[in-house]
Amino acid sequence: MTAYLKLDHIDKVFTRGAATTEVLKEINLTIEKGEYVSIIGHSGCGKSTLLNIIAGLTNATTGGVLLENREVNSPGPDRAVVFQNHSLLPWLTVYENVRLGVDKVFARTKSRAERDAWVMHNLNLVQMAHAKDKRPSEISGGMKQRVGIARALAMEPKVLLLDEPFGALDALTRAHLQDSVMALHQKLGNTILMITHDVDEAVLLSDRIVMMTNGPSARIGEVLEVPLVRPRKRLELATNTTYLKCRQRVLEFLYERHRFVEAA
Amino acid sequence: MNMPATKIELEIASPAAVAAPVVALTPKRPPRREAYARMVRETAVRVIPPLVVIALLTLVWELVCRRAGSALPPPSKVFKDTKELILDPFFDHGGIDKGLFWHLSASLQRVALGYSLSAIAGIALGVLVGQSVWAMRGLDPLFQVLRTIPPLAWLPLSLAAFRDGQPSAIFVIFITSIWPIIINTAVGIRNIPQDYRNVAAVVQLNPLEFFAKIMIPAAAPYIFTGLRIGIGLSWLAIVAAEMLIGGVGIGFFIWDAWNSSHISEIILALFYVGIVGFVLDRVIAGLGKVVTRGTALN
Repeated sequence: MTAYLKLDHIDKVFTRGAATTEVLKEINLTIEKGEYVSIIGHSGCGKSTLLNIIAGLTNATTGGVLLENREVNSPGPDRAVVFQNHSLLPWLTVYENVRLGVDKVFARTKSRAERDAWVMHNLNLVQMAHAKDKRPSEISGGMKQRVGIARALAMEPKVLLLDEPFGALDALTRAHLQDSVMALHQKLGNTILMITHDVDEAVLLSDRIVMMTNGPSARIGEVLEVPLVRPRKRLELATNTTYLKCRQRVLEFLYERHRFVEAA
Repeated sequence: MNMPATKIELEIASPAAVAAPVVALTPKRPPRREAYARMVRETAVRVIPPLVVIALLTLVWELVCRRAGSALPPPSKVFKDTKELILDPFFDHGGIDKGLFWHLSASLQRVALGYSLSAIAGIALGVLVGQSVWAMRGLDPLFQVLRTIPPLAWLPLSLAAFRDGQPSAIFVIFITSIWPIIINTAVGIRNIPQDYRNVAAVVQLNPLEFFAKIMIPAAAPYIFTGLRIGIGLSWLAIVAAEMLIGGVGIGFFIWDAWNSSHISEIILALFYVGIVGFVLDRVIAGLGKVVTRGTALN
């Protein structure tokens, strides 16, 4: 297995005054190019912290992140993030929100016209070109998240980081958007790391599911391969035995072996 | 309705069978006259109540001050005494014997200069205090003490420093209006959501771009709250300061009228001061609305 993104012995300890909390312990993970990996776990298990460490928004206490064998410890467009609450800038239009990143990343390599075309290309990928002049407050939650995905994709990241991207959406919109992300992954071959707490979502989208134990000192409890062929169809999978087995496995992990205990 | 429940094994009925014919309805457009009538009604609802209140107050004032020996003139006398000032605000007989337009414009020029300076310095200092914990720890106690000093208390000191009325008045406006601008800007900067900072970090904006593209738009609603309080305070300060420094200006006009016992002129001047203050406040509020469009919505 060739390591494209490598998490090497990551520990994370939060210190507040004299009290220290160990959030993550000994996280080791390698992700191949083009792979779709999900991290699943109960809330508070530190999966968002882990994503922030990979994104460079937080530093690991020990250990590090290697992308193409080079250590990364500050944020950058090569690890673009789709945030849970979309985080679009409300004073910019849809187009300007995507353009902001494009202008920075391709400042030297693309001309003004090329950057404009590139923004529109990415808005087209998520079917949001029609709303390019709208402001985030004028479009629905699902549409905002599409724009968030377009903004991240437009930076041509080496790894696309999705932080519970569908968590705030209703079930129907969520399914629709999951299909879109699957289609994009199929088409562009991105390497994607997704944080989620939805078992069906993890099984449907991922090549591998990383299950995390409960915090504090959360570890990787188990890694499950999902050997389903792509393209995957939501309806056909509903009766697929492999799908159901994978789902069962994740459910057992989350609700039997590492049941969520309310913080004592 | 008694719809039989569909068993899950059953084939789902084809949608074509249940599709009902769609009847297209063209919405009726309301006639133009009705729209005008509604507009007139809406305007009337807003304009009539204040007019009624003003008319009543004027009436009460007239009745109270009409008696012989009353200290203050009734509105009818105010109008009679100041008719020339109202009808010709542009005369200029040299010195300080000028129309009200010139007095107001001299005051407004001082405010414009002092307020612009305080807006620039206030936003800059606010950003510094909002962004840097050390700047806040160092400067905030100082601001909290200085901002309680009344505007006019600064005037003797500034007269001593500048040795001239004009820059002193401008300094008083500056020092009066800067505090709410600093404090509100700092709060706005401190309240920028972490999400926006994360976006900026991922996109790798440099500090200057972060300032222009994230910080200022995100803090704009707070900044404009400060600017609005600031313009009100500077208009308060200018009238008082001008009374003391003399020269052309609405403040000194009032003081001069008092010294020559022209009470009607004082009342007219107060009226103008109120109107101008109101307009200034509206202008800044309107500007804020245009600049922060979108931001305030989310």
